[in-house]
This record gives sequence, C-alpha cells and structure tokens, in this order.
Amino acid sequence: MTNRQMTSSETEQTDDQQPNPTPGTDSLADRGTDIGVETSSRDDPATVADRTIIESRDLDVYYGDDQALNGISMEIPEQQVTALIGPSGCGKSTFLRSINRMNDLIDIARVDGELFFREKNVYDDDVDPVALRRRIGMVFQSPNPFPKSIYDNVAYGLRVQGQDDNLDEKVHTALERAALLDEVEDQLDSSGLDLSGGQQQRLCIARAIAPDPEVILMDEPASALDPVATSKIEDLIEDLAEEYTVIIVTHNMQQAARISDKTAVFLTGGNLVEFDDTTKIFENPESDRVEDYITGKFG
Amino acid sequence: MAADTQEASVDSGFGQISRTKDVAFRLLALAATLIGIVSLAALLLNVAVDAVGWLDWGFLTNPPHPNPNNAGFLPAIVGSIAIMIMIALVTFPLGVGAAIYLEEYASDGYLTRFIQLNIANLAGVPSVVYGLLGLGLFVGLFNIGYGSVLAAAFTVSLLILPIVIISAQEAIRSVPDSQRQASYGMGATKWQTIRNVVLPRAMPGIMTGTILALGRAIGETAPLIMIAAPTTVFGVPNSLLSKVSAMPLQIYNWASYPQTEFQYGVVAAGVVTLLVILLTINSVAIIIRNRYQQRT
Repeated sequence: MTNRQMTSSETEQTDDQQPNPTPGTDSLADRGTDIGVETSSRDDPATVADRTIIESRDLDVYYGDDQALNGISMEIPEQQVTALIGPSGCGKSTFLRSINRMNDLIDIARVDGELFFREKNVYDDDVDPVALRRRIGMVFQSPNPFPKSIYDNVAYGLRVQGQDDNLDEKVHTALERAALLDEVEDQLDSSGLDLSGGQQQRLCIARAIAPDPEVILMDEPASALDPVATSKIEDLIEDLAEEYTVIIVTHNMQQAARISDKTAVFLTGGNLVEFDDTTKIFENPESDRVEDYITGKFG
Repeated sequence: MAADTQEASVDSGFGQISRTKDVAFRLLALAATLIGIVSLAALLLNVAVDAVGWLDWGFLTNPPHPNPNNAGFLPAIVGSIAIMIMIALVTFPLGVGAAIYLEEYASDGYLTRFIQLNIANLAGVPSVVYGLLGLGLFVGLFNIGYGSVLAAAFTVSLLILPIVIISAQEAIRSVPDSQRQASYGMGATKWQTIRNVVLPRAMPGIMTGTILALGRAIGETAPLIMIAAPTTVFGVPNSLLSKVSAMPLQIYNWASYPQTEFQYGVVAAGVVTLLVILLTINSVAIIIRNRYQQRT
C-alpha cells in the first residue's frame, strides 16, 4: 500500500497521534542550513498524514504593477502530492516559485502576505533564501542539466551545500531513487546533455533529491516530454511522495487526477478558486467555474 | 473567351518568380567580400616580398643598428611581449570582474545604465587620449617612469578594458537563465552559481573577446608615444620599470629613416615579424579556448 492510499483511511486517527520526531536524523542544522525552522524528521507516513508543511496566508505577488497572485491562502499537507492546475497566466507557477523564494531573483517581483514552511514565515527577515532552497528542491519545466558529467550534475547540490562526504554513495542513491541508475550506471562520466529529454528530466530530479530536501517543487516537469517519458516521470512522482512532499504545477488535468492527492485550481487573475482532495475536485467540485474548467468548457 | 484561356495558361500559380535582385545582391555581397580579402592579400604579399633578404635570424636576435644590414628587432619584440603579458594580467581580472558585477550583481538602475553607457563610450575614445591619461596618471601622478614597461602596459590596458568588459558581458549574458535557475534552485549562493555555472559557460566567449582586444593592443602606437616610450632602445628591458619600445614604435621609427633599405626592407621585415607574433598569440589563445570548450 502506498502512502497516498493510506492517508485517506488514516486521516481520522491522526489527531490523537503524536508526531514522532527522531533526534539525530536532523543533519540540516549541521550543514549550516538552519533557517530557524524546526525540522521534523521523516516519520511513518501514517503519523504525518494531513500534517501541514506549507501554509500560505493572504499571499499576494506583484510583478511591477501587475498582480500575479491575489490573496492565496492554502495549507499543503506533508508527504503528499499536491497539484496546482489552471489555465496559462493564472499564477500557479508564481505560487510555486514563491514557496522557495525563487521570485526573489526577479527584480520587479514583490510579495505581500505570509508563507509558512513548518510554521516559520519564509519571508521573515531572518530567513536566508539560500538556506530555504536547500530544504526545498526544485525541478523545472524544461530539463536543464548542467553541461557537466552525469555524476557532477547529481553531485552539484551536494557540493554547493557542503555535503560532500560519501559523495559516490549519495549520487548512486539519488540516481536510483530517480529511476535512472540502471540506464546510466556505465556512463556516469559522460555529459548529462547526451541523455534523452526524459532521461535529462529524471537526471534533474536526481539532482534535486540528492541533497535530501523536505519538499520538491515541480514546475510542469513533463510538459516538454513525450508520453512514455511522461509516464515514467509520473510513476517516479508517486514513488517520491512516500518520502517527500511534492508540489507539482501542471497543465495536464489528467496528470493531476492521476498522481495527486490534493488539487488546487487557480483561475484567471491569480485567484485560488478551489482547493480540496483531488477526487473531490474532479468528481464533485464546489465551484461551477472549476467544473467548467475541469470539463474543458474553457481554459 | 480568348483572354480567359490565355490567363489560365500563363498563371499556373507556380510560375517562375524573378530572381534578378537575388542575383544582383549576391554579386554585390561577393564583391564586398573580395575587395577586403584581395586588398589584404596584396598587402601581405607586398610586405612579404619586401621582407625577403632582410628577415633573418640576425634581424630577430640583434638590437637596432644604424646600418640597415645589421639592424635588429629583438628589444622591440621582447618589449611588446612583456607589455602584452602585463596587459593580459591586468585586463583579464579587471574586465571579467567588472562584467560579472554589471551582469550578475548590479541592479538595473540608473547608476548601472550610466556606467554601461560610459563603458560603451570609452570603447570608442581615440587611443591618443588614453595616452594622455596614461602620461598624467601613471607617469605624472604615480611616477612609474617615462616609457616604462608598466606605464605602457597600464595605459594600453585602460584602452582595451572597455572592449574586454563589453565582450565578457555579452558572453555572460548568453548563458541561459535556466542554468542559473537550476543552480539557485539547488540552494547555491550567487558566488557558487557564478563560479560553477556562469563562468564555465561564458569562458570561451570571454577569452575570444580578450584575445581580440589583445590583438588590438599589440598594434597600438599612439599611447606609447604619448607616455614617451622611446622609439628605439638598444637593450632588452630587464625590469618592469626599464624603458621599453614596442614593435609598432620601432617600425614607425625605421620608416622615418632616410635610407631606402630601412624604408622598405627593414620595415617590411618588422611588419612581417609583428604579424607573425600577433597570429601566433591569437592561435595559441584559440587553442586554449577550444580545449576549454571541449572540457565542458
């Protein structure tokens, strides 16, 4: 039974179950990546079911004078797959990028409101966005491996984060988790750019998970890939959700329905219209506009 | 009726479309290319023919001499190479540093745009003006000696610095943003991103720009005259503060001699030597650059 299947049945029990942080597994503080957020270790899936890891409250994002997100409030559960769907320009990618403060890199972007990661507002002055990004990995729309060897690509995050002990082992583990090891085991020294598009994207996923982040953000990770490569990525995402919290932006509604536990529907103007269990959103949405969107009447 | 059938037979929709302008433009472009190449080839041939009999081992290893048969180029060759090495050491870090600052760190404000505009303008300032600056700044204010290796190198460095900065900026700008995003997304700091991702990708372009700028530097004469570099020195420079001449200065000096042996033979030998050294430096740099490119 996967984590996703378990969560719904275990939801009722979680209230009286204590979270069970295990001291010693938190190596993040040792890496100098402490952002003032209490780090919980990875618990048994049952105990963390529906525990919120990321929560936004009235989050507005502006690009210059344009408002890209309008008062977004949502609670994203730990160790589940949350899909953000909606038409182009609805702000779903902006929301994703505001979680690990990638919007900071855009000069004209401005954020109002609060976004909590493990109950710490990541927009507080004492949060270093670099430290934040070391705990929240990211995979981008088109595969963007570095023009380095496969090994060096996966090792990149480990090296910049100073986790370069047992590098070989960590690189192998990450490639294995990204379901790529079998295909590239003999060519770790060849360039990451020599791989096919689907392999490159799995390489980028391996790169993102190698430093063992707590959350993985994915911005339409399969939109540049063919159906076979897409289905491999989807399988991989389901596996990853057993250990990580995955937040995925997608254009593809079937994809959201297949792989996610929760779905957030953004519609025009940067508004979050509905956020609920994926089955509820796709079978019986509250909002007519969401229903119209899901059934393809617009968007 | 007649008109209808005629029209149908003429206009099938896929008839021949006039290519007159195509052909004319092609010939014009070819002519423009040939004029440049042919005149350069003629010049090289002319100089090479004149240099025959004068360009020999003695010319390359002797100091200048009033007798054209004994005239040598060695001090000027060593002087030019010494100046070039110093220029490369000065302009590469300064130029790349400035380019990194402007592209990666500086926010896009009025100050940045003002600096940017001025760098572009500085690239177009005549070299004699830089000579005057060098005279006032390095020779006058810092007192590092009239016509010394250092004064010459610093002055010409100022001259080519804007070119190095602009080409390095272009190389840095051409690194895809997705690469920077990938690095920042991994929790890399700005410096880690610049060092591991941006600079390796931009380095071939930066090196090309620097090489071209050095090529311009080796031929500069006016700024050297302004800082009072001697046109002829008889000894090889033995320190950074010794007086130095450079190849173009020495050639300029020979061209003003009354004897025709100097005006044609020795000058031609000097020009050929200058060109060969310039091309050698460029090819070595290009080989280094290609090595670098393959590695990444």
